Amino acid sequence: MKARLDHWRSLEEYADSPECREWLEREFAPMASEWEDAVSRRRFLKLMGASLALAGLGACTRQPLEKIVPYVTQPVGMVPGEPLHFATSLTLGGFARGALIESREGRPVKVEGNPAHPASLGGTDVFMQAATLDLYDPGRAKTVTHAGAIVTWNDFRTALAGELARLANQGGAGIRVLTGNVTSPTLGAQMRALLAKYPGAKWHVWEPLNRDAARAGAELAFGVPLDVVCDFEKADLVVSLDADFLGTGPAQPRYVRDFAKRRRVAEGVENLNRLYVAEPTPSITGARADHRIPTAPGVLSQIAEALGTELGVISKQLDAAYDSAFVTAAAADLLAHRGRSLVLAGESQPAHIHAFAHQMNAALGNVGETVRLIAPVDENPVNRTASLRELVGDLESGKVELLVVLGGNPAFDAPADFAFAEKMLRAKTCVFLGTHPNETAAACDWQIPAAHELESWSDARAFDGTAGIVQPLIEPLYTGAVTPHEFIAAMLGEAVPSSYEIVRDFWREQKVWEDFEAGWEKAVRGGAIADTAFASKPAEARTITPETKATPKGLTLLFRADPTIHDGTFSGSTWLQELPKPLTKLVWDNAVLISPRTAARLGLTTNDLVELTNAARQVVAAIFLIPGQADDTLTLHLGYGRRIGNATATGHGFDAYPLRMSTAMDSTEVTLRKTGETYPLITTQQHFGLEGRNLLRVATLSELRDKPTVIQDMGKIPAPDETLYNPHEFPSKHYAWALTIDLSTCVGCNACVVACQSENNIPVVGKEEVQRGREMHWIRVDTYFAGVPENPGTHFQPVPCMHCENAPCEVVCPVAATLHDSDGLNVQVYNRCVGTRYCSNNCPYKVRRFNFLEYNGGISPVEKLGKNPEVSVRSRGVMEKCSYCIQRIESARTTAAIEERRVRDGEITPACAQACPAEAITFGDLNDSTSRVVKLKATKLNYGMLAELNTRPRTTYLGRITNPQPEARA
Amino acid sequence: MTQKRKPETYEAITAKVSDIVLQQKQPRGWILGFAVAFLLVMVLIFSIAYLFLRGVGIWGINVPVAWGFAIVNFVWWIGIGHAGTLISAFLLLMHQEWRTSINRFAEAMTLFAVACAGLFPLLHLGRPWLFYWLFPYPDTMGVWPQFRSPLVWDVFAVSTYFIISLAFWYAGLIPDLATLRDRTKNRWQQVVFGIGALGWRGSASHWARHQKAYMLLAGLATPLVVSVHSVVSLDFAVGIVPGWHSTIFPPYFVAGAIYSGFAMVLTLLIPLRRLYGLERMITFTHINNSAKIMLATGWIVAYGYIIEAFMSWFSGNRYDAFMMANRATGLYATTFWMLITCNLILPQALWSSRVRANMPLLWVIAIIVNIGMWLERYVIVVTSLSRDFTPSAWGMYGGTKWDYATFWGTVGLFAALLFLFMRLLPAISMSEMRADLEKEKR
Repeated sequence: MKARLDHWRSLEEYADSPECREWLEREFAPMASEWEDAVSRRRFLKLMGASLALAGLGACTRQPLEKIVPYVTQPVGMVPGEPLHFATSLTLGGFARGALIESREGRPVKVEGNPAHPASLGGTDVFMQAATLDLYDPGRAKTVTHAGAIVTWNDFRTALAGELARLANQGGAGIRVLTGNVTSPTLGAQMRALLAKYPGAKWHVWEPLNRDAARAGAELAFGVPLDVVCDFEKADLVVSLDADFLGTGPAQPRYVRDFAKRRRVAEGVENLNRLYVAEPTPSITGARADHRIPTAPGVLSQIAEALGTELGVISKQLDAAYDSAFVTAAAADLLAHRGRSLVLAGESQPAHIHAFAHQMNAALGNVGETVRLIAPVDENPVNRTASLRELVGDLESGKVELLVVLGGNPAFDAPADFAFAEKMLRAKTCVFLGTHPNETAAACDWQIPAAHELESWSDARAFDGTAGIVQPLIEPLYTGAVTPHEFIAAMLGEAVPSSYEIVRDFWREQKVWEDFEAGWEKAVRGGAIADTAFASKPAEARTITPETKATPKGLTLLFRADPTIHDGTFSGSTWLQELPKPLTKLVWDNAVLISPRTAARLGLTTNDLVELTNAARQVVAAIFLIPGQADDTLTLHLGYGRRIGNATATGHGFDAYPLRMSTAMDSTEVTLRKTGETYPLITTQQHFGLEGRNLLRVATLSELRDKPTVIQDMGKIPAPDETLYNPHEFPSKHYAWALTIDLSTCVGCNACVVACQSENNIPVVGKEEVQRGREMHWIRVDTYFAGVPENPGTHFQPVPCMHCENAPCEVVCPVAATLHDSDGLNVQVYNRCVGTRYCSNNCPYKVRRFNFLEYNGGISPVEKLGKNPEVSVRSRGVMEKCSYCIQRIESARTTAAIEERRVRDGEITPACAQACPAEAITFGDLNDSTSRVVKLKATKLNYGMLAELNTRPRTTYLGRITNPQPEARA
Repeated sequence: MTQKRKPETYEAITAKVSDIVLQQKQPRGWILGFAVAFLLVMVLIFSIAYLFLRGVGIWGINVPVAWGFAIVNFVWWIGIGHAGTLISAFLLLMHQEWRTSINRFAEAMTLFAVACAGLFPLLHLGRPWLFYWLFPYPDTMGVWPQFRSPLVWDVFAVSTYFIISLAFWYAGLIPDLATLRDRTKNRWQQVVFGIGALGWRGSASHWARHQKAYMLLAGLATPLVVSVHSVVSLDFAVGIVPGWHSTIFPPYFVAGAIYSGFAMVLTLLIPLRRLYGLERMITFTHINNSAKIMLATGWIVAYGYIIEAFMSWFSGNRYDAFMMANRATGLYATTFWMLITCNLILPQALWSSRVRANMPLLWVIAIIVNIGMWLERYVIVVTSLSRDFTPSAWGMYGGTKWDYATFWGTVGLFAALLFLFMRLLPAISMSEMRADLEKEKR
């Protein structure tokens, strides 16, 4: 037939496919007549057809057969419009925090804490909340690349197999795998299998914020490296030596929750805990302290020793350059709370302070009570710095043939003296597996896109050892993305099974469950595997003698984890970049924090650019004055100044890593030189004093006991009928939604802010717009300082919309775009808003946010996947504000209506309340006399912010009660 | 200053005024001035186009200062308009005949100032294409404006003001349009002026009806002098922002409006009479009286300042007290003291009759008062908002280049309209001037 094909009628026929041939034979029966026509037409058609065929067929590839299926039978458990929740774990520095991910129509859109997971108990931190944004980041690594060219995973596997086969001949010598903290038991087992297969290979671990010092301290005290697990619920007294347990770390949501349980004054808690903090730079934990002193690092060491002396664990005469009143008070309190107290050393403190803390806990009988000592949780508990140093040595001597970097960013965050970015180029082949492009990836020959945690099967352990299964919420968005499990499996040369099989096989071999399938399903469903927390290790504290350390002269620069972008891992997240840092309210930048007194001495002021120099390295950074900072001590948070990354990561802030040496990981002595230039640092709050106003009310426990109405007496509330308008205009007959925020338990961690941003599709506006004062957060956390700038009291106040019953915003709107609904909510009708902004002017709380420009314009399709479909995306010219998560209210109301009942107390939780690790936010119905919110509002601690304006806010605060030692000064 | 004599005959008056429109070649000053004004109109059009394209975010406004230049300019322009209405309507009813030579011009000024003012509430909307939602029109959804909002009252006040001012101005123009129609030899002008003159033949019954209608319109316009700026002031007084929430605002705003209006009248008249040689019609008396009114209203405004400061202490309200202290010593203190200097201190020179007779100096003072009144609105709007109840939300404001472009653009629009008015219509009421002459003769 092919030979006879002079004329043809379709491309199929021209292509001469068997289907077409069959069809032709059926169509043209032997006797059918043919239409005769002039040649010109036929010639025309021939030419047309030929050109079509050439143009069309040449460009075509046959598309694979894809069967679309109508949505007649739903996947089990899925109802369109109804969210599904899946338990999984999200890691911070390798350690798991349990999460429940809300999935809508197959897209993960919101992260909540997993109440069944010990590192969360339902609370989250800012990093967990930002996970969905990270998943849908258009700047993610999407393809396998080799030397800048896009290749395939199979290309890589072929190349890898060849390289490994060559290296296998020398026993794998020359293979180096560099990971971050690995707590995944499966990955640990895989790595050990890899090391068994290639005995010459080595596994190095590097993490810029590590526990080297803490573990060295434990080794000093007990002879073995141990991890510490605290029980803040039991501790009546906590002494923190620069331990920011409420502010950072993989246990933060859990620790905040436990700590807050001992501060719930409004809920009748009487035995409040007491917190002493000595720290060189202000932290969230310091802000929550009942007694705090700012101490230079050298003095902190003396304080630790002095405490030890007072407690009788150290016998040493000390020179007293420290605040003895603090030590005396803390020591007396510690002795009065034997077995119920807790001494903690911060991870950035040197080993001997950790050792002192261990000794003190042991001497006070706290070990086993408030402190548990457990074996190191991660799979390869080597000293990170030493491990990386070894790798660098091997790179230098040319021993490394194949360097595999699994995640992390050592080229950016390794100690400066290692010059890792430079040295890694000496490896013959360098492979990087990561979710995002970064400095390390750019220096590698091969870049393999890693599947995001929300796209992967894996497992991970929490701070206390509890293991949990990581399950994917979505197929990898980018084909070719692999998990570390698959990657190591490929290195092991196996026919690479999926991560699912790898993780299941591991757990099947562990035989932890009698019935594997049932146990597995339970583990996957629950998120945390029961009874996998590490058991306490019995440990005997040895006495150690403190070594005299020279107190640094001149200026000391401290390196600390950034409160919003951590060690740089999160610098690509717009939510976290625009999240005001708790104590400075800085956005999009870090800065050199300095005490006002030192700044005055050096003639510096905020925004001045200075050059910091240590041991021949220099960094130029901007100055920011902060009260509460120890004198002659500077702080520069890590993680900024990224050079390669997505559009968000680069071009912001100042890189502190060039000053960080392997020999001095937490602080370094620096000299400072003014450059004479300035840099615009942007904060969302410019004024940190209360001007004597009663917006934020604080009293001590003894004041409260003397006078239970002390909080309410600070302001006068007008009678409900003191208004020109009808006070009964909005009766809220059915429900009357209201919110309380407990200032005693709130730690100012910002989780509510990011949770709200995620839930309500709040746009990010960028540094220039924030500079203009146009940030969009519906809930903000106000920070106020009180007292002397050397050591102020620091108070946090989350401020969402107050949902005033007499709302000043409503009367001034000319088009009734903001008005009351039947439940007393102050709602904003975006469609009706014309954007006069009068409501914002008239809002005494300034919680309204305006779309000055098209902030949601130009977002990429993948970013759109992350938007919550329950909430409108607002366009320019429209006012918006907190709605108490009205979408959640309506959803619960619908359910209740279908079931013909009232909404139950606790059925609705706004995003802020749900994320809050301290459970400081309570939402409920004022018409339900049994609700928690009614009970809280009935307490004497309840007050309305600016209620004297007769706004009658539905959001009220429970005054902050501190618990200083009554005899101690300040 | 030597007092130039008034033209003595009807013919002289008519010729002097109508020749500007019909014959006189425009002085070089007109061409130059119009060119500059026209350029600024182009700037205005460009900045409006960009504004509609990008949104109000191109301006400096933010949270907490969500109102800025747009509202300042709106109030300033509306205030300027007031002198026109006061001169033409109020003084007419009071039989203050000296007003006749400047009333036409003052009315035109009112009209153009209100036109400039009216732009801003529209431009400042986040979604300006939905401006009509502020009008009570029968909507299929049954949605009405929210009548408790002063912004809705503004819509009525300003639109009423514009309509009445336009009608009053036009009614006064009719006999003069007829004069022009009759005097011109140009066919095209005859038709246009003829249509505008509505068939005016100058009969006694025409005059009788015209006078009745004119007085009636004057009667309607007079309360507007008080009401418009009172309503505008309620935009602030109804708000609860410290520095806004004050009962003194309506009278204080009205006085301020007249103050700035007369300052603008002087700013325009002094060069105008020079340019066209109208010294014998717009006499020293006009200038002198205007300066005296400025002095008087300036003191009412000063009284407002004093009472505001006093009440912030007397009320015992900590937020008001803070607001006042912040105005005088805060980050915007320079603006506040500039305002006090411009509005309170320098105009005291007007007590001296020598100053009032010194045209260049008077002109400078008038401009200073215009600046001062703009600053006053800036202080009220911006300083109050920048530091209100919640210290954590305090923030600063500054205009961007687009704010300035829009403001100067409206100045250009105002000037361009005035230049066109002087060129195309009789800037002085011929009919009333003739009537005055008659009265003087008797």
